[in-house]
Amino acid sequence: MNSREQILAAVSKNQPALTPMPEVPFFQLEATDLVEKFTQVAVSIGSGVFQVESYEEIQEILSNDFKIHHRIISHVPELAPFADTTPLEDRHRHQLENVDLAIVKGHFGVAENGASWVTEEVMGLRVVPFICQHLAIILPKDSIVPLMHDAYARIGSAEYGYGVFIAGPSKTADIEQSLVLGAHGPRTLTVFLMG
Amino acid sequence: MSVEGHTKDHAALADDFNQDEPRVNWHDETLWFIREKRDRAAFAIPDWEMLRETASQIKFHTLSNLSQYLEQFEANAQANGIIVHWAADAEEHNQIVHSILQKHGVTQMVKSKSMLTEECHLNDYLEQQGIEVIDSDLGERIVQLAKEPPSHIVLPCIHLKKEEIGDIFHQHLGTEAGMSDPQILTETARQHLRETFLTRKAALTGVNFAIAETGEFVVCTNEGNADMGAHLADIHIASMGIEKLIPRRSDLGVFLRLLTRSATGQPITTYSSHFKKPRPGHDVHVVLVDNGRSVQLGREDFRNSLKCIRCGACMNTCPVYRRSGGHSYQSAVAGPIGSILAPNLDMKKHADLPFASTLCGSCSNVCPVKIDIHNQLYKWRQVIVKEGYADPKKTLGMKAMNMVLSSPQTFKLSGKAGRWFMKTVPFLVSNKMNPWYKQREMPQPPKESFGEWYRRNRKSNE
Ligand code: SF4
Repeated sequence: MNSREQILAAVSKNQPALTPMPEVPFFQLEATDLVEKFTQVAVSIGSGVFQVESYEEIQEILSNDFKIHHRIISHVPELAPFADTTPLEDRHRHQLENVDLAIVKGHFGVAENGASWVTEEVMGLRVVPFICQHLAIILPKDSIVPLMHDAYARIGSAEYGYGVFIAGPSKTADIEQSLVLGAHGPRTLTVFLMG
Repeated sequence: MSVEGHTKDHAALADDFNQDEPRVNWHDETLWFIREKRDRAAFAIPDWEMLRETASQIKFHTLSNLSQYLEQFEANAQANGIIVHWAADAEEHNQIVHSILQKHGVTQMVKSKSMLTEECHLNDYLEQQGIEVIDSDLGERIVQLAKEPPSHIVLPCIHLKKEEIGDIFHQHLGTEAGMSDPQILTETARQHLRETFLTRKAALTGVNFAIAETGEFVVCTNEGNADMGAHLADIHIASMGIEKLIPRRSDLGVFLRLLTRSATGQPITTYSSHFKKPRPGHDVHVVLVDNGRSVQLGREDFRNSLKCIRCGACMNTCPVYRRSGGHSYQSAVAGPIGSILAPNLDMKKHADLPFASTLCGSCSNVCPVKIDIHNQLYKWRQVIVKEGYADPKKTLGMKAMNMVLSSPQTFKLSGKAGRWFMKTVPFLVSNKMNPWYKQREMPQPPKESFGEWYRRNRKSNE
C-alpha cells in the first residue's frame, strides 16, 4: 500500500460517524452605511480611503506623493500615461522590484474588515500588489458588501488562478508587539472608492 | 533546532523561566494584551457565539467525512494543475520536499510560516542534505538567526526582547550595536529578505485552509511573505496537515471571520491568498501530511483537537503558558493545544504536557472552533497515568484530583473549577505536590475567578 492508500484507509477507518453539514446561519452586519463602515475599518488597519468620481481625481491625489521619477504601473488603461500600463510577462516579474506604486482595480470591498478582493486578471502579474512599495486599489463605491459571508456569496464559483483579500498595508508586530507598516509588501495602501 | 531527548520536564523548565520575575511578568503581560485585543474584536461581533458554533460543526462534519473530502480535494487540485503528494509521516514529508528540490536542482529555498514544517523538523533535514532554508516571516527569521525554535505558533519570537533582537541583527545583519528600534530592525529585515525573495527558485508555504470543492488552498499572512516567496519563485510547495480541509469555498466566510480576530484582534489578516492554479509554466505542489493525525482521529476523546485552526488564542489566555514560555513545552506547537497534540505523537516524551495546565478552562472559552481543550487535557492525564508515563509526584496529585473531578457535574463548572478546587482541597494546591506552588505564595481561596485571582496574585508579588 502506498502512503496515499494507507492514509485514506486509516482516515476512513478512524473518522467518526458522519455528522451533518450545518446550515450556515444568516449573519448580518449591524452598521447600515457600508461605505462608512468600510472606511472606518480600513483606516483603523492603516489604509487611506478616498471617495472619488473619476480617474482624473485619482491621478490628482496620487500625484501629490508620486512624481515623474517614480515607477508607477497599472493594468488600468484609463490611468495611462500617469502609469505605465504595458503588460509584463511572467518571466520578467523580477523586474518589478523597483516599482514605487502599483494601481489595481479590485472587484469589491468588505465592510466588516476593510478588505478588497483582487484576482490575477486585474493585477497583471500575481506579485504586483506585493512587490510594489506602495499600492492603490480602486473599488466601485457601490461594490461594498457587509460581511465575509456576502463576499463569498458574491465570488460564488468564479474561476480564478489566484485571488486575494487585501486589508491594509503589509505589517508586522513581531518585535515586542510594536506595529510596523511595510513588512515585506507595500508600505502604504490607498483605497479609492469610485462612483 | 531539535528538541529530541529532553532532560527536563515542563515544570522544571517553567521553574527556570520563573527565576527572572520581571521578565516573566513582561511575557505574561504581553500575551494578556493580545488576549484583550482578541476580546475587543470578538465582543464587537454580536453573533460571535453562533459563528464559533458554526465553525465547530463545519470542522466536525469535515472530520467525519475526511477521507472523501481528501479525495475530492486531490481530484480538484489536480484538475487545477496542482501536483498532490501524500506523506504518511514527517520523514516522508521531508523526503518529498527534498526530492522536488533535487529534481529542479534547487539548493536554496525561502519558506513562510508553517508550523507543520517545524513539527517535521524540515529545516534540519534539508540542511543535512545541503539545502539552505531561509525563513521569511520576521519572527521566524529572528528565531532562526538565534538558532531557537519558535515559542508561539502565531508570534514566533514573543519571548525575545527588542534589545536581544537588536543584538541578533547586529551579529547577523550588520545593524549598529545597541540598535533596538522595531521600525529600523524591521526595515533591515525587509531589505535582507527582499534579496532572498528575488533570488530563490523555490518557495515553501504553509496552508491555513484547503477547499475540497474547488481544490484551492488559502494562506493567511500579515507581512506578505508567503506571496512574495510563492509568486517570485518557479516552484511553490505548500505543506499541509490533512486536517486543514474544509468542504466549500463559502465556508471560508466563517473561518476567516474567526481566525485573525481570535489570533491578534485584527478583523482579518492583511493578505488572505487563494491559490487555485499554478502560474503557466510553473509548478505548485501540495504535500498532504498525516504524521499521527489519522491516529488522533481514531481517539474519540481527542479527535476534536483536529478542528484547530492554529489561531494561538488558547496560548495567549493560558496562565501557565504566559508564565512558563513556549520553549518549556518542547514541542513545535506549545500551550494548551500543543499539550493535546504532542502526546498523540509521542506519549512518553510529552507525558509532562497535559499536566502543564490549571484546567481553568480559559482556553476552551476562547477557542474559535470550540475545542474542549481543558477536558482533553484532563483526559490525557488519565491515559498517561494509566500507561505508566506519569511523574510519580503528579500521580499522587492525580489521585486526589480524580476524587475531586471524577464527577462530571463538578467538572462542568469548568471556569469555577479552580476556585472550587482551591476551597475544597487547599492542601493540594498549597503543597509541593502542585508544581505551580514553588515560586509563589498561594493565597486564601478568593471570591473572584481563578484568572482574576492569578493576575492579582502576580501583581502583589511584584
Ligand atoms: S485550539 Fe482553538 S484556540 Fe487553540 S490554537 Fe487551536 S483554534 Fe486557536
